[in-house]
Amino acid sequence: MKHLLSIDDLSVDLVQEIFETAADMHDVQTREVKKLPALRGRTVVNMFFEDSTRTRSSFEIAGKWLSADVINISAKGSSASKGESLRDTVLTVCAMGVDGLVIRHPASGAARQVSEWVDASVVNAGDGMHEHPTQALLDAYTLQRRLGSLEGRHVAIIGDLTHSRVFRSNVKLLTKLGAQVTVVAPPTLMPSGIEPWSKEAGFETSYDVDAVLPDADAVMMLRVQRERMSGGYFPSAREYTVGYGLTKDRLALLKPDAPICHPGPMNRGLEIAADAADAAQSVVLEQVSSGLAVRMAVLYHLLAGEEGSA
Amino acid sequence: MPEEPARTVPEARTVLDARDISRALARISHEILERNKGATDLVLLGLHTRGVPLARRVADRIAAVEGAPVAVGELDVTMYRDDLRKQPTRRAHKTQLPAGGIDDKVVVLVDDVLFSGRTIRAALDALADLGRPAAVRLAVLVDRGHRELPIRADHVGKNLPSARAERVSVRVEEIDGLDEVTLS
Repeated sequence: MKHLLSIDDLSVDLVQEIFETAADMHDVQTREVKKLPALRGRTVVNMFFEDSTRTRSSFEIAGKWLSADVINISAKGSSASKGESLRDTVLTVCAMGVDGLVIRHPASGAARQVSEWVDASVVNAGDGMHEHPTQALLDAYTLQRRLGSLEGRHVAIIGDLTHSRVFRSNVKLLTKLGAQVTVVAPPTLMPSGIEPWSKEAGFETSYDVDAVLPDADAVMMLRVQRERMSGGYFPSAREYTVGYGLTKDRLALLKPDAPICHPGPMNRGLEIAADAADAAQSVVLEQVSSGLAVRMAVLYHLLAGEEGSA
Repeated sequence: MPEEPARTVPEARTVLDARDISRALARISHEILERNKGATDLVLLGLHTRGVPLARRVADRIAAVEGAPVAVGELDVTMYRDDLRKQPTRRAHKTQLPAGGIDDKVVVLVDDVLFSGRTIRAALDALADLGRPAAVRLAVLVDRGHRELPIRADHVGKNLPSARAERVSVRVEEIDGLDEVTLS
């Protein structure tokens, strides 16, 4: 594997291999010396053109625990804010001898474009409304640890689908792993053109949360992405919560052992009530520690082996 | 006894059969006990892949002699290898330490074959990240020579002089379905 740009790049075997490596990496978090020397002498650059706390710090810690040198570049305070083009910024950074480039960018397809310009391994850490493959990997990894296998299990993904790269990557990965997926959103936040995709990929769509929840083996709540909305998607926050939020009442509809995921950051009281976010079946914090392990596994698979190898 | 057909490469010569291996492990177990003056503070760590079952067997034997269980674990050194970059990505395995950890314990590393010594070098680095043992010793089923580093084993099942190009294959019941060491 040279780059990780999209879930489409991954075979089921490779996904399971990443999960197995992640399970090994998980143990490092409990060790006294949280360090493995696998990426000693390699340099990883986190290039974030969008705000991020958990993904960026997760990649940063993952790289550091594998002994890589990690530097962070954010759009604010970089030459990008002086008008430098993405291509020039990326090429400049790569001219410094970078082995891995973790990139987040508001434009869909940015990571793939960048991968065509540089020699370094590129990891897509979120490109616009397109994909966020490591998030999907860590979600599936968390669920697989909880549920055993995802084969035939029913996962409900609820919320702002239109703006969600997490949803796109997750649907691809979960269906690849044999899960039965139902996506739920208000009509205004259901992506246009989802029908042919859902038929082809074999997942269901619904507008009715209450009908979907009782049958779900796991539920994934998505953040309402107000920063991507120019208004008009729903009348009020209150109305969204009543129709599509995971409220205390809806929590009761859910199977008591069905894990509740949220990619964070959570809008408490909007898409997820505090009762649900802090419920015993909530795996939100587990997702964070899984995220580290999965990102370590991804960096290991991309950067540890010989150049250009599988 | 009818001669068994060669299992893998033709001309593979069996140098240790199941009974030889069993005797060698028994001797190693006693040597470890003698050297350590008992099984207190002893931790056996098997190196992936075939060192792991060997370590368990030695632990079982020691436990049978001493009448008390011995701490045993497994150590994966993939991340510490010096040839990581020269090979396709290797799959890492689990490192599992016994509950008591390795601090101030006498750690005996158990592996199947001692060759260049590079795996053991990696194992020593890995141990340093996991704790500070009182002492580290090395037990191997086969020492085939050709060291590239100043490393030697404390307990050896069999010294097997070999040419560098020859292949020493260790098979163990738990993984391969039979116990044998062949040279080809």
